[in-house]
Amino acid sequence: MSVTTEKIKVKFDVEKVRKDFPILSRTMHEKPLVYLDNAATTQKPQALIDSHVDFYLHHNANIHRGVYQLSNESTEGYDDAREKVREFINAPMSKEIIFTRGATESINLVTSSFGRYNIREGDEIIISTMEHHANIVPWQILCGEKNSTLRVIPITQSGELIMEEYEKMLNDKTKFVSIVHISNTLGTINPVKKIIELAHARNIPVLVDGAQAVPHMKVDVQELDCDFYVFSSHKMFGPTGTGVLYGRASLLEAMPPYQSGGDMIRSVSFEKTYYSEIPTKFEAGTPNIAGAIGLGISIDYLNKLDFEQVHEHEQELLDYATKQLEEIPGLRIIGTAKEKACVISFVVEGLNALDIGIILDTQGIAVRTGQHCTEPLMTWYCIPGTVRASFAFYNTKHEIEVFIEALKKAVEMLK
Amino acid sequence: MNKSIEEIEQDVINEFSTFQDWLDRYQYIIDMGNELGEFPENKRTESYRIKGCQSSVWLTADLEDGRVIFRSDSDSSIVKGLASLMIRVLSNQKPDDIVKAKLDFIDKIGLKEHLAPTRSNGLSAMIKQMRMYALAYKLKQQEQKVTN
Repeated sequence: MSVTTEKIKVKFDVEKVRKDFPILSRTMHEKPLVYLDNAATTQKPQALIDSHVDFYLHHNANIHRGVYQLSNESTEGYDDAREKVREFINAPMSKEIIFTRGATESINLVTSSFGRYNIREGDEIIISTMEHHANIVPWQILCGEKNSTLRVIPITQSGELIMEEYEKMLNDKTKFVSIVHISNTLGTINPVKKIIELAHARNIPVLVDGAQAVPHMKVDVQELDCDFYVFSSHKMFGPTGTGVLYGRASLLEAMPPYQSGGDMIRSVSFEKTYYSEIPTKFEAGTPNIAGAIGLGISIDYLNKLDFEQVHEHEQELLDYATKQLEEIPGLRIIGTAKEKACVISFVVEGLNALDIGIILDTQGIAVRTGQHCTEPLMTWYCIPGTVRASFAFYNTKHEIEVFIEALKKAVEMLK
Repeated sequence: MNKSIEEIEQDVINEFSTFQDWLDRYQYIIDMGNELGEFPENKRTESYRIKGCQSSVWLTADLEDGRVIFRSDSDSSIVKGLASLMIRVLSNQKPDDIVKAKLDFIDKIGLKEHLAPTRSNGLSAMIKQMRMYALAYKLKQQEQKVTN
């Protein structure tokens, strides 16, 4: 029986939840902080902060092969975290969960190991127009080395993938598809299941960049049937410097190591080295033990929330903010897909995004401005950048009201 | 008689001290940007551009009667205001004075604290470029003295 079903879900109460995140009660320029940069990183619950302190106070030791109790405790905490991640994304086996530094490293692991091993001259790799640089540059480097081609799925003006074009792109030369689940700039939720289905019909493996998806929706890698799924801990209320690569065991087992050193080996001689089994084959050196344990704590925290109610709350925030923003003269929302997570990018005619960001900051509001690591997407829209407000479940309707008023003030000042 | 850099800095400090909060200070900075003179269109090129992370500044420097005249523009109203502020302090001054200027006012009016952590506005890059121009003119003047 799964552990999840036994967990007691508490009714979602945003004011109560906010108390779990100490940073949310601080002020910024003498105004209450309104944190709307959750697509960049999320804030941390007290439970996670406590777990970090507890780890270094009571359990710190290097993992694996320690013969003493302290090392066993540390190892157990690390292994438990892997199991929590497995359950969180419903991966079949915990050995399919590789701890990395973040989604970026997870993608680099796949391009460097799987890519270098399997991609040949003339092959094609498919990504999309709305990818984060982390899902462009590693593939570009690989294509440069292998003399293969990077193909890009076009989008509509509203920021949705043109699926017919994707279908047309798939051919005998296509050897990999790497696609973002939720766009960090547009908020578009991509039809990844359909994308995977179409690729698998031609035996093409698919990687899904889920960095923006895991904090907002229930992800089930078996239901998606993806071959790789990557995400970062810090975008789901966990610590920075920790991330996850889920990979199908058969693929991971066939892949050569990414980095090498301690822990990833079975035996070493100057003549030949035998590697460990997965997942340790891909975790050279001492990993971020406290980070992995912290991610586990964040997962525990998320598991206690009712995801459906959280989703409802987030959609309410998105709808409310969208409606309010649309009423501001000269404001244009970039990314108006039907299926959208709570990320809103916008531009105001004649105004510079940086200026708006600075004036908002002065009023205690944290948003991101610029290209959001999606320069090709900005080029596609012919804009230098956007202002992006991205919400988490701890944001409130009142905060959106404060944000809108502050934005109106900024527009008035800058016009 | 031209005011010295220090005197202008003091004027700026006095003006900024009258503001209650940063919104007012930014409004003032934005308004200063609007007062910036026309930027020569033929100089709006890569070679005069200081690229910030999220904004661009164009800056030229000409030596007129032994003094450096700066002209600037930006695609950001705030950065344009900052450029205008720097021009007010440093333009129409002798190259050597510009090179030696401490520019404490940036710290004293709280701009350093408020803006320095973000690379995005390019203020420090702008100041660095202004000093470089001044230094180049200073060296040129010294060279001329030697040859004369």
